[in-house]
Amino acid sequence: MTRLDDALAALQGNEPLNLSRRATLLAGFGGGLLLALGIPQRPARAQAMGGLAHARKVPSYLTIRPDGRILLQNPFAEGGQGIHTAVAQIVAEELDADLAAFEVQTAAAGPDYQVLFNGTRRVTGGSFSIRNSFAHFRVLGATARAMLLAAGARRLGVPAAELGTEPGFVVHAASGRRIPYGELAEEAAALPVPGDAQPKAGAWRLIGTPASRLDTRAKSTGQAQYGIDMRVDGMLQAAVVHAPRAGAEPGEVLNEAALREMPGVHSVHRLPGAVAVLADSFWRARKAVEAAEVAWTALSGEPVVPEDFSSAGMRDALRTQADAPGNPASDMQGDAATALRDAAKVVTADYDAPYLAHAQLEPPSATVRFNADGTLDVWTPNQAPEAFQGIAARESGLAAEQVRIHTPLLGGFFGRHFTYGSIHPMNQAIRLARAVGKPVKVIWTREEEFSRDAYRPMGFARLRAGLDAAGRIIALHATVPGEGPVAKHFGAARMGNPPVDSSAVEGVAFKPYAIPNRRVEWVHVAHPVNVGFWRSVGHSMNDFFYEAFLDEVADAAGADPLAFRRAHLAGQPRHLALLDAVVDLSGGWRRGPFEAADGTRRARGLAMASPFGSEVATVAEVSLRDGEAVVHDLFVAIDPGSIVNPAIIKAQVESAACIGLSSAAFEEVVFEGGRPQQRNFDTYRILMRGEMPKVHVRIVESGAPMGGVGEPGTPGVPPAVANAIAVLTGRRIRSLPFARHRLGQA
Amino acid sequence: MVEITVNGATRQVDVEGDTPLLWVLRDTLGLTGTKYGCGVAQCGACTVLVDGAAMRSCQVPVDSVAGQKITTIEAVEADPVGARLVAAWVALDVPQCGYCQSGQLMAATALLKDTPKPSEADIVAAMTNLCRCGTYNMIAAGIRQAADAA
Repeated sequence: MTRLDDALAALQGNEPLNLSRRATLLAGFGGGLLLALGIPQRPARAQAMGGLAHARKVPSYLTIRPDGRILLQNPFAEGGQGIHTAVAQIVAEELDADLAAFEVQTAAAGPDYQVLFNGTRRVTGGSFSIRNSFAHFRVLGATARAMLLAAGARRLGVPAAELGTEPGFVVHAASGRRIPYGELAEEAAALPVPGDAQPKAGAWRLIGTPASRLDTRAKSTGQAQYGIDMRVDGMLQAAVVHAPRAGAEPGEVLNEAALREMPGVHSVHRLPGAVAVLADSFWRARKAVEAAEVAWTALSGEPVVPEDFSSAGMRDALRTQADAPGNPASDMQGDAATALRDAAKVVTADYDAPYLAHAQLEPPSATVRFNADGTLDVWTPNQAPEAFQGIAARESGLAAEQVRIHTPLLGGFFGRHFTYGSIHPMNQAIRLARAVGKPVKVIWTREEEFSRDAYRPMGFARLRAGLDAAGRIIALHATVPGEGPVAKHFGAARMGNPPVDSSAVEGVAFKPYAIPNRRVEWVHVAHPVNVGFWRSVGHSMNDFFYEAFLDEVADAAGADPLAFRRAHLAGQPRHLALLDAVVDLSGGWRRGPFEAADGTRRARGLAMASPFGSEVATVAEVSLRDGEAVVHDLFVAIDPGSIVNPAIIKAQVESAACIGLSSAAFEEVVFEGGRPQQRNFDTYRILMRGEMPKVHVRIVESGAPMGGVGEPGTPGVPPAVANAIAVLTGRRIRSLPFARHRLGQA
Repeated sequence: MVEITVNGATRQVDVEGDTPLLWVLRDTLGLTGTKYGCGVAQCGACTVLVDGAAMRSCQVPVDSVAGQKITTIEAVEADPVGARLVAAWVALDVPQCGYCQSGQLMAATALLKDTPKPSEADIVAAMTNLCRCGTYNMIAAGIRQAADAA
């Protein structure tokens, strides 16, 4: 959302942004002051095509103003992944408009924006967006262009067939007449929405180009508005403290009377699992709530995280299940157990990875306002407006249609902003606003966020590989005890039969290597703490387990890791091409150790991953200093099949690689006594500027079905770096993060 | 009541003197370009200039900066160095989610005003703000481009 009006208002004065004024301006954008394309809405011909169910609902998506500005309602949330620009780029291509003419916002909850899963649902996640809506937005743009052409034909009194377009104009070549889209929008709106407009067959003008992002200037001048920046007239601000251990309830607030005397304090409230203070500013609310003396109880009826729960204990609990029989993942083949018994050599290893925080830089918040007409407005960072709408309706006792979910720009998300249960600022704000009859904004401090995140789950795998006499893998048997967000939040309904949590096994299962006997088993071991989707989900650790183990197996076979992978990918031209690409990008394969020009002793590690429909090959160049790994360069070749914006893809791969390295090197949430020990960035270390490697990205367009982009750059980095470290130290790191180990002699 | 000077304007704010400057900017003055990320001076999202020096406003009590010149992201382009940095940020499409970028730009402005041609080591030393999207290399490229444009 690039809100030009807000930007101007804020530049002109220091007064607080006033939401009711903003709401008026935005309402005007789609309403009577401005001419909306496609109003009144005409029923489009029923679309039987799966991915195109809503593709001709032009009025729901596009508003062209008289000045030619184009407002696009994007089903997806913008949180840095560039989706507002990329979607506009597709529409601009087919509409034949300037990309710079677009303003994009995330669409409100509603049926017309269910562009995923055959037109039935939407989320921003799973690296789904472009690959699943590319066809939708092409048809949408083409349909809108056809409407403008039809309007132009009426205006000029010529057959539509004589007309064409140039970006932003309907053009009659024979007479040289040109009409700006903005002048035709009202007329076009009165015409039926055609059901047969087809996307371009010819060369693309915008798709495939590194077009500039639409929101850069707003984000570089402090004008971009995030959920935490929201303000509505008459609102109170809330700060909360949650129970020290999740699941406990507030009993009495022992010093409530004293808290109410503190400056600016309005009231003190008990909420499920938390205490809140409402005040006239966030700081005053925070000071008061942090002074609250609360008697916490275990009377909620919800399970309370046990007092003796710890990360170390959880790791042991997973390990004890590592030989238990589990349910096999669907890519099972042959008879792994027998083949392992008959193998010439067997390699076995246990790997684990810790709980992680999302650590998106914008702490969670929610602003809610009950309106006089019985409706409810909610502004909160989210990746799933309809899911939040349903929860808000339940929490407020309203019908879903009475709840408007506004999705602002997200200050990072990485999976944080799905619904992970009822402990959420939105639920809290709704209760508080109901209680006091005023609009309320709840902000979680960083400390509260780190104590109530839905963590990347701790993971564990026991891997067993059998080699034949020729040094080929004939058997792989992996057991993954644990629980991913799918099992945690969706249960058996999404896990097939026998139930397997794909979010727990992906990256150990579904690998491309030709192994005749393989079995990946999942043993359900539940986490007592909340877990969620974290950038690349199961891949974020499982590809580390698998690809680091694969190097161990290659070592056991006496093989070079690159040659070993190639030998097991003989029938996979797409993967072989990707290996060639990353080797070429990195100037030729050299495992090392070798001495670099700066005198450091370096090595390289290699890893592959197949996440979210894309294929990735990663090479890391690493040295050691003061017992830590120094990653100098990451070379990443990614094959997403085909692409929309190479600049955004490169930025996403670099971003994903950074978080992958950060997680592998430094990050862990450690539970002791049922509580997370890391409550802020002073103890939860994430990668900083000085630790950022150069990231070299090569995009390979194989023409395979379009894959995801936002997450696939992450999973290859931890194993590539770990494999390089093993070359330098002769020692395998099987437990993340690296920071837990002192590396090498230096 | 505390009197402070923000972006050239003198403002009277009715808050306790120990209120962090961050929350005075955001809640009292509505200057939400300055961001809250951690509250403990770790992430740098709240960075502003106080008499030209980069400071993490979440740890600056408002009464400690009375009489000093406070500059926030909203006025960064009024400074020629800040304007060059913004231009470089836009030209290179530096931001991703954008949440840290106000602080990054303020830190970069302080760096270039002090060290117009920074080395890589200068950039590492000055730019300690966190970016969860991993735009660090683009930020450094932006700083170098702005430095070269001077």
